[in-house]
Amino acid sequence: MKRTIPLFISAVTGFVLIATAFIPKFVDWGNDAMAWFNLLAAFAFVLGGGNLLKMQLQKISAQQPGWGYSAVTLIAFFITLFVGLAKVGVHPNVNFPEFAWSGDYLEEGSVFWWFFEYIFTPLSATMFALLAFYISSAAFRAFRAKNTEATILLIIAVIVLLGRTYASEWLTGGFSNEPIFGENGITYSDFKLDHLTQIIMEDFTTPGMRAIKIGIALGVASTSLKVLLGVDRSYLGSDQEA
Amino acid sequence: MKQSTIIWTLLMVLGGLGLVSVQVFRGKGEVYVRTVPVEAKSSSKTSPEQTYHWSTYQQVPAIEKGNPGISLSFSRTLGLWVAAFCTLAIFSFLYGDNPLYKFTESVFVGVSAAYAMVVAFWTEIVTNLYAKLLPGLARISFFPDMESSTQPNWLYLIPLVLSVLLLWRLAPKGNWIARWPLAFFIGATAGIRLISYLETDFIGQLQSTIMPFIVFSADGSLLWIKSLRNTIVIVGVLSCMVYFFFSIEHEGIVKYISRLGIWFLMVTFGASFAYTVMGRIALLSGRLDFLFNNWLGI
Repeated sequence: MKRTIPLFISAVTGFVLIATAFIPKFVDWGNDAMAWFNLLAAFAFVLGGGNLLKMQLQKISAQQPGWGYSAVTLIAFFITLFVGLAKVGVHPNVNFPEFAWSGDYLEEGSVFWWFFEYIFTPLSATMFALLAFYISSAAFRAFRAKNTEATILLIIAVIVLLGRTYASEWLTGGFSNEPIFGENGITYSDFKLDHLTQIIMEDFTTPGMRAIKIGIALGVASTSLKVLLGVDRSYLGSDQEA
Repeated sequence: MKQSTIIWTLLMVLGGLGLVSVQVFRGKGEVYVRTVPVEAKSSSKTSPEQTYHWSTYQQVPAIEKGNPGISLSFSRTLGLWVAAFCTLAIFSFLYGDNPLYKFTESVFVGVSAAYAMVVAFWTEIVTNLYAKLLPGLARISFFPDMESSTQPNWLYLIPLVLSVLLLWRLAPKGNWIARWPLAFFIGATAGIRLISYLETDFIGQLQSTIMPFIVFSADGSLLWIKSLRNTIVIVGVLSCMVYFFFSIEHEGIVKYISRLGIWFLMVTFGASFAYTVMGRIALLSGRLDFLFNNWLGI
């Protein structure tokens, strides 16, 4: 019950979805499985919310250090959840005004929209923006041209960084279109930073990305097969669970 | 408390108060809206027609302040100030971990979790589960435009049961039962990913790499730049693949080819790093633009 049934479920689901790519008759089954998958993913968010609630309440009840912040988290969580689920401030759909709940939950002007627009968006954007400082600081400390590989990485990063900004025009904008040798050969303007960036991205980055993608695809395929055939059972956890 | 901390805190508080007073005095940091009246007639054909009235608000540039129909929006103005506060509070982490940052971080965690739950509830649970199992009720509550002839799809009881089993994970006993929906989840992910990755990332990438080393134009002349570019891509992919191939010793010729592969990979990582930095800088400039332009109005 604890291990055999889950292995059976994962194998059947996985192989049915693989079969949909080869047997047209199975396409509807595949679509149903995908819809169920999305539903389970939605319930996983509910599970995540429940888990957050459990952890924060444990922290508050034990009065662990920083429990006040857990209370702030819970207050923010419940307020947002309430205004979102209750559609506070949402008007009905214009075509069906007698149905009070027919409006869009993220309608502009609603309370949930206000939370999204003025709290969630600025906070998430600033959190990621903060990484600009740390990534630059880490690069400054870690980037040293110690060997050939590190030198290549450093030079390419500098060229691409400059080539995608106004610095490219400022530094190399004056390069003329005169050919260096021959009539139809390479010109000085070919060495403009923005053009070099384009060449790097199209001709030198592409092979690396392709090889990485091929490697990832092979890795995903082998891992998937291991899971479906029951070789990899790590997702089931240990037998000691309650 | 250390003397330097007190001085910095005082400076921050005074700076903040100064900023607020200057903003209020200058009349900046305000949001104006245009009131748009909405008139809607009931859709029911059986009951007598009723007309419903309400207003929506459209944000307008501050330059339109004073025009007829334009008014100050208190909720959006408050929102602007809250957003500015949140932005500055997160940036305060650059000075060091502090209560202001911890407070906004906690708010962010709570709001994000609830946001994800609400979106999942309305877009999936209500739309794809409730409406499939109880179409009649769904039509009179959330989806009046739904076909009245829609029949319940009892097959959706399966994901409902699996979802309940998934939530069982929070129960103190018997939470092993959550392995069943988890197994469905893992199996579905494995099945979908296996095919899609092999199709797009394996076969697709190999197909794109199979191209001529030497390219000629329609009149038969050699296109040496195009040929060189194709050669670089083919040699690059092959050398990187050789580097990733660990079943043979990287010695002799293989060592040199894999070394070339490493160089190509370094170019890729350098360019990816530059793009990541630029992405973050773009976000940072977006936040600074918000602070200086939208909020301070400088």
